[in-house]
Amino acid sequence: MRTAKQLGIATVGIYSEADTAAVHARFADEAICVGPAASTASYLNIPAIVDAIKQTGADAVHPGYGFLSENSHFVEAVEAAGATFVGPPTHAVEKMGDKVESKKIAAAAKVNTIPGWAGVTENADHAISVAREIGFPVMIKASAGGGGKATRRRVLVQGMRVAWNEKELLEGYELCTQEAASAFGDARMLIEKFIEQPRHVEIQVLGDKWGNVIYFPERECSIQRRNQKVIEEAPSPLVTPAMRRAMGEQAVALCKAVGYHSAGTVEFLANPQREFHFLEMNTRLQVEHPITEAITGQDLVEHMLRVAAGQPLTVSQDQVLHYSGSAMECRVYSENPARGFLPSIGRLLRYREPRGPGIRCDSGVQEGSEISIFYDPLISKLVVHGVDRGAALAGMRRALDSYVIRGVQHNAPLLRSVLDVPSFVAGNLSTAFLAENYATPEASAPERLPLGAGQQDQLLAVAALLWGDMELVLTLSGQQTAVVVRPAESRMVATSGINGAEHGSGQALEAEVDGQAVFLQVLQMGPRQYKLQHCGAQRVIQVDSPLSARLGCHMPVQHAEDFSKAIQSPMPGTLISVAVQPGQLVNQGDEVAVVEAMKMQNVLKANVDGVVKSVEADAGAVVAADQVIVRFE
Amino acid sequence: MLRLVAPVGLSLGAQLPAAWAAATCLAARCMSSTGLAQPLDDLPPYASNPKWERVVAAKEEALLGGGQHRIDKQHEKGKLTARERLQVLFDPGSFREAGALVQHRCHDFGMEQQQFYGDGVITGSGTVYGRPVFAFSQDFTGKRPPCMGRPSAAVFGGSLSESHAAKICRLMDRAVAAGAPIVGLNDSGGARIQEGVMSLAGYAEVFQRNVDASGVVPQLSMVMGPCAGGAVYSPALTDFTFMASAALPGLGSLRDCLWPGRSLVRHSSYMFLTGPEVVKSVTMEEVTQEQLGGAATHTSKSGVAHGAYDNELDALAGLRELLSFLPLSNRASLPRIPASDPADRLCPFLDYVAYDMLSVVQQVVDDGQVFEIMQDYAKNMIVGFARMDGRTVGVVANQPAVLAGCLDIDASVKAARFVRFCDAFNIPLLTFVDVPGFLPGTAQEYGGIIRHGAKLLYAYAEASVPKLTVITRKAYGGAYDVMSSKHLRNDINLSWPTGQIAVMGSKGAVEILFRGKGEDMKQQEAEYEEKFNNPFQAAKVGYIDDILLPRLTRQRLCAELETLADKKVWRPERKHGNIPL
Repeated sequence: MRTAKQLGIATVGIYSEADTAAVHARFADEAICVGPAASTASYLNIPAIVDAIKQTGADAVHPGYGFLSENSHFVEAVEAAGATFVGPPTHAVEKMGDKVESKKIAAAAKVNTIPGWAGVTENADHAISVAREIGFPVMIKASAGGGGKATRRRVLVQGMRVAWNEKELLEGYELCTQEAASAFGDARMLIEKFIEQPRHVEIQVLGDKWGNVIYFPERECSIQRRNQKVIEEAPSPLVTPAMRRAMGEQAVALCKAVGYHSAGTVEFLANPQREFHFLEMNTRLQVEHPITEAITGQDLVEHMLRVAAGQPLTVSQDQVLHYSGSAMECRVYSENPARGFLPSIGRLLRYREPRGPGIRCDSGVQEGSEISIFYDPLISKLVVHGVDRGAALAGMRRALDSYVIRGVQHNAPLLRSVLDVPSFVAGNLSTAFLAENYATPEASAPERLPLGAGQQDQLLAVAALLWGDMELVLTLSGQQTAVVVRPAESRMVATSGINGAEHGSGQALEAEVDGQAVFLQVLQMGPRQYKLQHCGAQRVIQVDSPLSARLGCHMPVQHAEDFSKAIQSPMPGTLISVAVQPGQLVNQGDEVAVVEAMKMQNVLKANVDGVVKSVEADAGAVVAADQVIVRFE
Repeated sequence: MLRLVAPVGLSLGAQLPAAWAAATCLAARCMSSTGLAQPLDDLPPYASNPKWERVVAAKEEALLGGGQHRIDKQHEKGKLTARERLQVLFDPGSFREAGALVQHRCHDFGMEQQQFYGDGVITGSGTVYGRPVFAFSQDFTGKRPPCMGRPSAAVFGGSLSESHAAKICRLMDRAVAAGAPIVGLNDSGGARIQEGVMSLAGYAEVFQRNVDASGVVPQLSMVMGPCAGGAVYSPALTDFTFMASAALPGLGSLRDCLWPGRSLVRHSSYMFLTGPEVVKSVTMEEVTQEQLGGAATHTSKSGVAHGAYDNELDALAGLRELLSFLPLSNRASLPRIPASDPADRLCPFLDYVAYDMLSVVQQVVDDGQVFEIMQDYAKNMIVGFARMDGRTVGVVANQPAVLAGCLDIDASVKAARFVRFCDAFNIPLLTFVDVPGFLPGTAQEYGGIIRHGAKLLYAYAEASVPKLTVITRKAYGGAYDVMSSKHLRNDINLSWPTGQIAVMGSKGAVEILFRGKGEDMKQQEAEYEEKFNNPFQAAKVGYIDDILLPRLTRQRLCAELETLADKKVWRPERKHGNIPL
């Protein structure tokens, strides 16, 4: 919309009843409500959207990143209504939207492809036979799905799971089928070989209606959770100019094979040896396109609008390959990494976006916004551009450190923590990065994220400074540190209170410790302690006088209730089913219950071997986060 | 509560305990507070002077308390000694003791054989966050000099004698004269039976001084052990009473049934007039000390205590925090700290309807920090201290998430006492209104909601501090009048656009107005809502000064408080009003 406004094109936003106050509905010159909150009745409601087109006399429809952006029925409907669909031609969308078809075309265009069943599997049994043929591990995918769910404007697209054996395949197949059916109304499934240690590298392509297609420098989107991208960067630290050319030329060949125009993305899986395989083609603008724009200086939406209007490309292949610097995007989600990235709902009590040179934060929320259960819980896309990868990394660290989000659980601390992992800094990524570096879900809880020794000293220094007494003992993770705060003679070593109104209300602060600028966030303040966040890690620091610290050992220890023998609901939702009864013997890993929340079914499995003592909630009940559903003896 | 600090250098010391074990050992600290830390060799005239040596011996005896054995025993129970409590309460090294050498004057029951310096209570003054505070700390452990025979805890146990009371009285007199708050750390076995009426007289002398000091200097009590019989009335007469407890080891798995998930049972401090044994013999009720007068009872049921803490260090830190909000006396100025939270900060969160009033208050005040008073009692009303642009304010707010925010007996009394405290110490009042009315029912009427509700009405009407009110949603009926309305000489009354100021809700009003007659109830309701269920009618007659966007609330209130900082009200002379008690 911003691009359109710059080009002097009037815009119409569509919104659902749940998004009445959303930014996109207010930013547009005109806004039309297309239905109630559920996406199937609004953002996926083709007749309603076509009515909106007719009502406003729109000339063109830009589908955004998700929802109907790759739906050929929608393209036909739009064209029937006399408007231009800003996107690729229907036949290309159809061919590429179907993963089976796209692989056949890719193979024919001499694009490297992954071994797999070149067709839709008929049922779970068929899937197993295919898997046996190509060998485990295999990937189960919804035929009609995209790469996963992505933005607030996009329907949840699950239906992607890896299975390492037949049992998992059966389970996964069923869940994927259900999810795909509810998300797309298309339950068809694909099975393909799962490549281990893969890196996700993709090529942005742009074609016009005159047969010209160019490729842009690649993006690497290897940092993923639940098969969804969370950190993307351009260019990829893996790719050499030769590899870039090879991938780019294959991508262009594929586009030409289907007569593609408009913007699109050809996704590849690469391994550390720089071999790459075609994964799929996304016939739309990707969420992560801003990083390509940042390094090439091109406005992809503008190009899309021009192409849709029938103009030839105004940019050459050579131009876009002369990119500058490095750009990184972090997708900040309202979710709880410690609970398997389950979405977190609530209202943003405090919200301050990071600002600064090279920082772009695209969000559809503001302070007070509700992160509802209806759409994808994306809070923002945070893009940082720097002169090189190191500069982009430093900028992103600073941006995440000063990003104030309160009221929901979110992944910014985890993202920030990733930026300090040595293999990430070195550019050694893989799509299993998060699982490898944060072995258990709990390890990605902000309280458990690692803090280096130097960072810990910075944290303690700032905590002591905030307190301001002369002699203190700080207790962090049970370890005491004696601190003396004394007036500095010549130079300011540390200051507190940041940027006044910019960050506001003491939630974030900037300090200089030993000449190094640090950004910290104050999460909680109590009479004896602080909860601070530094480099993503959240820590409670107890601040005492030396005497109180010495006496602290006599204070009684609080014992938390033991939940090790109970199954709790990971988030607020509806209890779909309970698979066990009191007295029943269960083994670790057995399904105990299913909780549906935010359109995702979460299978709760037994955490221990044992006998069920009690079932404390009935199927169909609404359950709160942490509510105990089943207890074991 | 971010304290801005002057430029400082900061050095991280070595790990504990090696670095400063010697420097901070208890003895050294205690010595410094009684002037014994000075090496005697440096004082030639007193170096080996018997006059001074006698003093030294007495002071050492006073400091020994019950000896290391008793200190260890106290620590095992998760408790601190009386002296340690004071050291923790005050800024390090600032406590100065007075009356360490006081002894009792009893000559009955062989008491003359048992003389201990201090007589079961430590009194003195020091600073808290740099400001003067007076405090006494009763010593339940007793003080048994090694030369004495029988264990003394059973004899003294912090019990109140004539001279024990006199120490407290002298402290209070000095505090009132100096205009500084008084903190009492109560841990006493009760009256000293051996002293008979002298002990009772001692209590009454303290009570009288509690009353004399009321409204002159803030008085805070922390019950840290037993507090039974007559002893309970001194804390009861002070402004705020808290209870500190140590959960006993081995009871960790017991969960407090009153607040599931919140805390362990808070043991070891209790307040009651008559203990479980007497209760049983008189009423046949079987009840434990904890059920009868524990922290859970007094913070959630009786309303006797204003808060509770799970351990003594937290409790003392809590007292320090509360003191930081309070003026030193009724003639001292309101404390103001440099605020890091901008006074003109917008609060877009408030533009969306919120049903949790606490989240509304937290959006508005500095750094979202509220020191809640009586958090677990009458939860339909929130009261507490906060800061606006660094200045202390008293916040009173209906909580629609509990009982729909109705005013009932408990909520009225809770808020009334808080309003009167704020008025006594010149703390401006910030009232957030979302009240559908008074809670109906026989329980309320028989309980006297009329006279209890009148207390809140009286308190608001009487208060002459800056009074600011924000109506966030409902302000119905008599409850509208009570909740700091314009008519009670309120300074600024604001309403959000969502304000509904009327005699009652639309459904009830239509039923009365039209008595079921007329065609369309829905339409009648709509008509009523159009006319009354908005802030316009009140604004038209000036009862609402302005209708403002919720996001501007903080900005506006900070500016109004600035303007009203020097507000003065003159009233006709009278002895005192007659609040409907």
